[in-house]
Amino acid sequence: MAKVLVVTSGKGGVGKTTSTAAIGAALAQIGQKVVVVDFDVGLRNLDLVMGAERRVVFDLINVVQGVAKLSQALIRDKRLENLWLLPASQTRDKDALTEEGVGRIIAELKQTFDWVICDSPAGIERGAMLSMRYADEAVIVTNPEVSSVRDSDRIIGMLDSKTVRAENGERVEKHILVSRYDAGRAARGEMLSIDDVLEILATPLLGIIPESQDILRASNVGCPVILNSPASAATRAYMDATRRLLGETVTMAVPSERKGLINKLLGRRAA
Amino acid sequence: MSLLRFFSNRNSSAAVARERLQILLAHERSELGQSDLVVRLREEILAVIARHVTLDPDKVVVRMDRGKHVSTLEVDIELPNEPMARAS
Repeated sequence: MAKVLVVTSGKGGVGKTTSTAAIGAALAQIGQKVVVVDFDVGLRNLDLVMGAERRVVFDLINVVQGVAKLSQALIRDKRLENLWLLPASQTRDKDALTEEGVGRIIAELKQTFDWVICDSPAGIERGAMLSMRYADEAVIVTNPEVSSVRDSDRIIGMLDSKTVRAENGERVEKHILVSRYDAGRAARGEMLSIDDVLEILATPLLGIIPESQDILRASNVGCPVILNSPASAATRAYMDATRRLLGETVTMAVPSERKGLINKLLGRRAA
Repeated sequence: MSLLRFFSNRNSSAAVARERLQILLAHERSELGQSDLVVRLREEILAVIARHVTLDPDKVVVRMDRGKHVSTLEVDIELPNEPMARAS
């Protein structure tokens, strides 16, 4: 059974696109057939993070409007043969997306792929609404700070009322993915703790992604972090989260502060 | 909550953040739920009354005030002064 997963957050800059690329690549590496769909019409970035920006010919809007066939718009990843990208349009208006058109494309993708992962734009406007409309599951990317948690709460409310599943009296399975987690700041009480976030949002935790240079570096070179830095803490966190998505029980490791002796002596924060 | 966390989080800015969020979200969740409820109530009340009386839909005001212990629902309907006309 194909699953439609939306990666969403409300707030921008929390790591939706990075997480879409990482989870999509992780699922593909495990052997699932995956398509990642960029819903950020006008401000697409998933192509860039995946390193496919120069291979985009047709996009989501072209397919919605019948200008191109789905097979013409899909871009196959050069590293993982199970991973495909459906880019957003960079020039068109987001109003070009229709509910009916998106529904048609998602139904078509579900016939070919095991996972259809929708990368939501920030905000709660049309693009964000349509990216979650047909979702079976949702990953809500949340940073441990007040504005991100507030926006996540709003998004959770929308997932529970504005999706096709909600309207049919079913549930969208929701998961919190805490990203940009800084263990040192959390330990010093400068950042909301994981427990705080989960208690406030009352939604189960999928994983904790540490703030990491490796993620920045992966975006710089256009390669999902799990492929670019396979041994990094961020990759371990994304792999664990992905296995939990697949229903496995994986012990949750809260990243701990790793300080060098020199830094400790000088009272500096680990980079 | 562990004892350690209790002490380490006391007076921290994270504890302040947590408290502010809890208050704010409780408020926002009830408001969002409320606006939906009031819209539905208004539509249904309007439909029932319109079955018996002709009225101006703009003259029907439904308001909900949520208090700490009780909430009040205020329904204000203005009926035209001419003899009651049957809608059907």
